[in-house]
Amino acid sequence: MATTVLAPGATRVRQRSAVYDWLTTTDHKKIGILYTGNSFIFFLLAGLLALAIRSELAQPGLQFLNPSEYNQMFTMHGTTMVFLVLMPFLAGIANYVVPLQVGAADMAFPRINALSFWMLPLGGILLFSGFFLGGAAAEGWTSYSPLAGVKYSPGVGTDLWIVSLVLIGTSSILGSINFLTTIFKLRAPGMTLLRMPIFVWTVVVTSLLIMLATPVFTSGVVLLFIDRNYGGNFFDPATGGNPILWQNLFWFFGHPEVYILILPAMGVISEILPVFSRKPLFGYKAFIFATALIGTLGFSVWAHHMFTTGAVFNPFFSFMTFLIAVPTGIKFFNWLATMHRGQLSFATPMLFALGFLSIFLIGGLDGAVLASPPADYALHDTYWIVAHIHFVFFGGTMFGVFAALYYWFPKMFGARLNEGLGRIHFVLMFMGTILTFFPMHMLGLDGMPRRIVDYSPNAGWSDLNLLATIGGFIIGISVLPFMWNVFITLRGPRDAGDDPWDGNTLEWATTSPPPPYNFDHLPPIRSERPLFDLKHGSIHDLDGVAVPAVASGEGAH
Amino acid sequence: MAASTDVARTTAEPQAAGHAQRGMDTAMVGMLLFIASEAMFFAGLFGAYFNVKATHLVWPPEGFELDLPLAAVMTLILITSSFTMQWAMVRIRRGDRTGMNRALVVTIILGVVFLAGQLWDYAHLGFGISSGVYGSLFFTMTGFHFAHVVGGVIGLSLVLARGASGQFSARHHTAVAAVGMYWDFVDLVWIGLFTVLYLVK
Repeated sequence: MATTVLAPGATRVRQRSAVYDWLTTTDHKKIGILYTGNSFIFFLLAGLLALAIRSELAQPGLQFLNPSEYNQMFTMHGTTMVFLVLMPFLAGIANYVVPLQVGAADMAFPRINALSFWMLPLGGILLFSGFFLGGAAAEGWTSYSPLAGVKYSPGVGTDLWIVSLVLIGTSSILGSINFLTTIFKLRAPGMTLLRMPIFVWTVVVTSLLIMLATPVFTSGVVLLFIDRNYGGNFFDPATGGNPILWQNLFWFFGHPEVYILILPAMGVISEILPVFSRKPLFGYKAFIFATALIGTLGFSVWAHHMFTTGAVFNPFFSFMTFLIAVPTGIKFFNWLATMHRGQLSFATPMLFALGFLSIFLIGGLDGAVLASPPADYALHDTYWIVAHIHFVFFGGTMFGVFAALYYWFPKMFGARLNEGLGRIHFVLMFMGTILTFFPMHMLGLDGMPRRIVDYSPNAGWSDLNLLATIGGFIIGISVLPFMWNVFITLRGPRDAGDDPWDGNTLEWATTSPPPPYNFDHLPPIRSERPLFDLKHGSIHDLDGVAVPAVASGEGAH
Repeated sequence: MAASTDVARTTAEPQAAGHAQRGMDTAMVGMLLFIASEAMFFAGLFGAYFNVKATHLVWPPEGFELDLPLAAVMTLILITSSFTMQWAMVRIRRGDRTGMNRALVVTIILGVVFLAGQLWDYAHLGFGISSGVYGSLFFTMTGFHFAHVVGGVIGLSLVLARGASGQFSARHHTAVAAVGMYWDFVDLVWIGLFTVLYLVK
């Protein structure tokens, strides 16, 4: 064989520091870990803001914050949790897991992937820099006009809010394009669409939602920016504008956003429940169908946030909103039937998955109440809304995120997190969540408005608020055993092995952590559980049909 | 020789085959999805336009005159540029890189003429972005389209630079196709803007 001299010195590996390596990496696994770490930092910041809010509300009167500071706190808490914690947490987990689960070596566009990540810390720094430049954004995460206009929010904080959200939005749009391209084009041979792990399916639907909804939000905040800085008149009725226009643009994104935040978490627990029940997911196709249906219906319900404006056709949006309960109910049936008569084991990922099921169920029922316009007229802008969103996002998405972290941690770092500390984390967080957010239902029914800094001692809201504050601090404390757990586990031996949970999907078929190129070789893929087939025999083997270990024609599917 | 055996094994491995082999090119899928998201951005702006229009009895409000003849000429220029872009694609598919470069130069010139015409129009309209909600809408919508044409011209110039340095062939010209698709999209958005702002009042 002819020897060709390639570039001289090409074989010499330049030694770079680990920091340089992490800052310039295009490896989806490292980027996934960066996403997760960055999201966790912002989770802590947003958590501190939440504790400030709860401390102020613990009893009537102004104790710690003045009204202006309080407005900044809840605005920044909401914005940070949605855009810098929940979305990037899920994107980070998907970044790590999706290429592995579809048997690809990396994402389709690795450098765009790195770009998507690095926009996030930049956006976060811009957002938080408002605190040091005369006050952060203070008109709530929904930023309604005319409150968000330059007349009532003259500070630079709102402009920073807009710029950072354009950045973060662009980051998630590019990320979603990357996920879709990876999943459409880089699946391993044999992995047909209906053999993809359910988590990958939820990422497909989520990415479509991000790709189609986020740009509308970007156009909305751009209009707000023009209104504020270039004399635009979009949201000012005095010059012919329309404040309801902002609400339409915002919620056209804002409601699909809810599904953007919950669908991947549903995907996570749909990976975890089968593994810890030792059964396949019940109704795999029905689950995919339900996911797609939620995604589709999600685009036709946005105005249920605007029932009380009188500017939208309430019966239509109410009906569509009630319809969403159907696919969600299908999913609950999937999950419960998966566990039914399974060999259940209760490792920490399973505990968080069960926490998700129970808390998210309550959050979903809260939402069904609000889907009825007469009920919504009474509950709009009360603490019922706060209870609903936190049951869904904290008890739902955040429990899903922690389930995912406990589940995939051994894959990421080669070591399992400590079970005892994990259980303490779960119990504290579960109790804290119920204690914080359940009383808010009662406060809402009793008419306590959201976003108020103070309330009358005669209102009868003091005890429930104190209870919620105690719960908030329990949630805060529950994060400490988790952090300690990560710290000691990373210092300990990396002895988890490739497949610590006896998993079903491809990520467990490679080493922990995987090599940069992910797979030395792939098992044949004949179902949505290729690794299970490899370990226990494929159902196809039972037919008596000889199945070669590697079928060369599989790529045709 | 260790390296060459590695390569041999990878290509012989059935799993390695099939990755991204079938259907549309990976980069084209990415561009198509990017264009879909861009379309939704403009959908937001169009939605804003119709939403505001629906709240007005007189539309456009008194005192806003647009230069229809100029816009018609510019529309013609931009549509022509989509055809010259297609001409570039046809040439490179036949392996004629010089022909592609020529067609790209013509496309870029047409794009720049459009941009110049747009700036001339802005300077002579007699109202600005802060002149009532109509001015805000007109300048925001056409302005964002303007920015996208600038992006398209930059993309075309990069492709032209690569073509001039001897890249692209009958089989390998994904970047040309991707930028061409983007250029067609920018053209389509303008046709939408022209229809909504100038024709259907």
